[in-house]
Amino acid sequence: MPKVPYLRLAIVSLAIGAVIAVLMIQIDWNGEAGSTAAGPIDALLDWMIIISSFVFAIVCVFLGYALYRWRVKPGDESDGLPIHGNTKLELTWTIIPTVIVLFAAGYSWAVLDDIEEVDSDPLIVNVYSQQFAWTFGYPTEGNKWSEGEFHVPVGQQVIFKMNAQDVLHSFWVPEWRIKKDNVPGITTDAVVTPDRVGTFQLICTELCGAGHSVMRAKVVVEPRKKFNRWVKGLEEEVPQGLYLTADQALEIQRQIQKAEGGIGGSGVDETTRDNVTQS
Amino acid sequence: MAHALREPGWYRAALGTLIGAAFGFGLVVILRLVSGLDAFQTEQTGYPQVIVPLITAPFGFLIGFGAFSYWFRWAAGKPTVPDDHSGHGATRWQDYFTFNTDHKVIGIQYIVTTFFFFFVGGLLAMLIRAELAQPGTQIVDPNVYNGLFSTHATVMIFLFIIPMFAGIANYVLPIMIGAPDMAFPRLNALSFWLLPIAGVIFMGSFLAPGGSFDAGWTGYAPLSTGAPLGQSFFNVGVQFAGASSIATSVNFLVTIITMRAPGMNLWRMPLLVWANLSTSLIVVGATPFIAGVQFMVLFDRIMGMNFFNFLEGGDVLSYQHIFWFYSHPAVYIMMLPGFGIISEVIATNARKPIFGYRLMALALLGIVVLSYSVWAHHMFVAGMFSWLRVPIMITTLLIAVPTGIKVFSWLGTLFYGKIHTYSTAMLFALGFIVTFTVGGISGVMLGMVPLDIHMSDTYFVVAHIHFVLFGGSVFTIFAGIYYWFPKMTGRMYDERLGRIHFWGTMIGTWGTFIPQHWIGLEGMPRRVADYASQFGEWNLVISFFSLILGLAQLVFLYNMVVSWKYGPKASGNPWRSKTIEWLVSSPPPTFNFDEIPRVVGGPYEYGTPGARHAIMGDEDAEATVPEPKPSSVPAAT
Repeated sequence: MPKVPYLRLAIVSLAIGAVIAVLMIQIDWNGEAGSTAAGPIDALLDWMIIISSFVFAIVCVFLGYALYRWRVKPGDESDGLPIHGNTKLELTWTIIPTVIVLFAAGYSWAVLDDIEEVDSDPLIVNVYSQQFAWTFGYPTEGNKWSEGEFHVPVGQQVIFKMNAQDVLHSFWVPEWRIKKDNVPGITTDAVVTPDRVGTFQLICTELCGAGHSVMRAKVVVEPRKKFNRWVKGLEEEVPQGLYLTADQALEIQRQIQKAEGGIGGSGVDETTRDNVTQS
Repeated sequence: MAHALREPGWYRAALGTLIGAAFGFGLVVILRLVSGLDAFQTEQTGYPQVIVPLITAPFGFLIGFGAFSYWFRWAAGKPTVPDDHSGHGATRWQDYFTFNTDHKVIGIQYIVTTFFFFFVGGLLAMLIRAELAQPGTQIVDPNVYNGLFSTHATVMIFLFIIPMFAGIANYVLPIMIGAPDMAFPRLNALSFWLLPIAGVIFMGSFLAPGGSFDAGWTGYAPLSTGAPLGQSFFNVGVQFAGASSIATSVNFLVTIITMRAPGMNLWRMPLLVWANLSTSLIVVGATPFIAGVQFMVLFDRIMGMNFFNFLEGGDVLSYQHIFWFYSHPAVYIMMLPGFGIISEVIATNARKPIFGYRLMALALLGIVVLSYSVWAHHMFVAGMFSWLRVPIMITTLLIAVPTGIKVFSWLGTLFYGKIHTYSTAMLFALGFIVTFTVGGISGVMLGMVPLDIHMSDTYFVVAHIHFVLFGGSVFTIFAGIYYWFPKMTGRMYDERLGRIHFWGTMIGTWGTFIPQHWIGLEGMPRRVADYASQFGEWNLVISFFSLILGLAQLVFLYNMVVSWKYGPKASGNPWRSKTIEWLVSSPPPTFNFDEIPRVVGGPYEYGTPGARHAIMGDEDAEATVPEPKPSSVPAAT
């Protein structure tokens, strides 16, 4: 059987994989970070990108080599070598991927436990979602509530207790790397510790109807004192029948976005990323 | 005329449709009036006077068309009409518009119909990309937009990818295993005719008050239970598409298990046969779940049942559990037959036995088993019980192992081969390996809970599904269509146009779906009619490449239509393959074989002098001297 420079192919694959990996992890894939969960999650993603770069490089190098070496010349009607398999090789490419994915699963499990660990004194924020608006309640602050905007202190763990009023919605703040569906009939929760002061955007990520793409809210992370002032300034308590019609909710949403001056040509234009206010 | 209305055919089918509709309509109105209600109910989730006829009219059509004639006679104890097989085969294009029980005619019917829906779905995709080319609202309002992506996905999944594989297998699989037809030819014809019915119902939803169904192809409750009338069209359409799918897979199972030619033991089955065996095992087990859950939604909507009504004790999350218990295995329904096609194309064009054939077959079965245990990875952020996440993550990641085995084995098959890259089929097979690898990698990432929390329901998911469904399934469909085009039509297609199609599709796919990975991670959710302006440039780039992707498909359409009519005549075996479908003429004779072939070896014995897969009935086996291959000695370099 004619020799194949397997060692050289392996080295080339690793080299190309390394180049891809180095280039890929320069990119800030998940965008800006704003919570303690972002670090471990982004590191996990970088690990996966590195492993994936090598996998992709191996597939491409071996495919490319096969085409370079064994592409037929016109008129050649002969057959290839009748090789039916190689048990050792087949075991190798069964076992190594198994080890890799089990490693990935174990690592993910550790990260998951890490980011969902609950502190001793979290702040509880109730989230009420409906077509197409967000409202927020502060049960430990006299059950005061806020429409379309919420504040949290920096550096303290927050537990969101989420309730959907009509259909499914989903709570996503990209900088925090957390997401959780709001499910009618049950209360779901999410844990996050914001570690960066600024203004962010809460995005609905579960299809909820015509206003889905504009169902957003303003997220403000600020120092404890400013937060205390803001939360004291809230006047109304969470009403009993917290349910607006979809039209009313959409109108509130429009007012909020108009006040932000962010509507512009787009219903969801940035109120946040482009002008993150450092305070 | 009166005669035409009595004989099975289009006239009687039209009459049957009218009678069926009138029956359903009358039943609802009379029962309502008798109960003292208004004749019509026009709350948006109601409309029983529309939905019941929507179910009865198709049955009227099928009865009129003659789908049940034989069975009805049998059930009524009347003498059955002996089938003289005069309806087999197709000599004119009109023959494709009859209730034909010939598996080759049905295969063509499937393929042409599903390609029609491919272009319908593609047009919807073009509208989606036109709207998303710029931030803001330009072409359609958000309600219509939600309808566009919902119908796009529904058409592509239920009316293109899944039935397309059924169509390709319908044509080639019986010949491959040396059978004269499928096990149940009448059931086979019925399976096909359920599909256009599903298509008419899905498309008909655009005419419903409130517009087409717009709760996504996933139709999550309670958005779907409260949606306008169009959603009921989705619930009903899925029943017909699902019934078609289940009936076909029962047919494949029985055909594969009982009708293989003498000598074809399990380890001599071509991998396409293995793939369809595996797929059918998933379909019969999983598809009833989506049928059931769509009925539950329909019952909630029309009869006021409360399966998913949280105010009356319904459980919203249970919809997702039942739905994904079908719809995750469904992604393997959309992938395993493609794996089979790629194995055939690569073995033939690399002139080599499939590397690790047995492990390849076992990997398929491994995927079947694992596919039932991973559904909840669509629900990591759905608010389900949190303990389920880690076990589901482990099974999800493990499914990458058999998938990886397949990719590595195809590479192993190429090594020491004689690789022919002239045919467009092989180009799509090779393009598939690279493109699908990317989709597999993003799939592993999505399977990891902490990453999924961030990625779920963003454009990263859109990128992933299109890499596996377009870069995966659709590439394999093209490979299969180009590969068997000479067999099906008896003519060769134009390889130059094929190459233009391949490169246009490759560039279009990567250009369209690669940038979606990072705009998703940076904060663009999926299923939005409008998005933050920071994503404007990338969306314009994506829309531009999607246009290339769309235009490339027109080249394909032109190539297929013109080549079918005017292409040069194809020989019986233009690719010099070993499997049985290539040992008959192109197109095959009406009953495939005069005598059933005998299988004497594996399906991919390239390079072994004198090795045969099958001996055709008309060869005198005793007298056959194994023909020496022109050059079986590898030209070592």
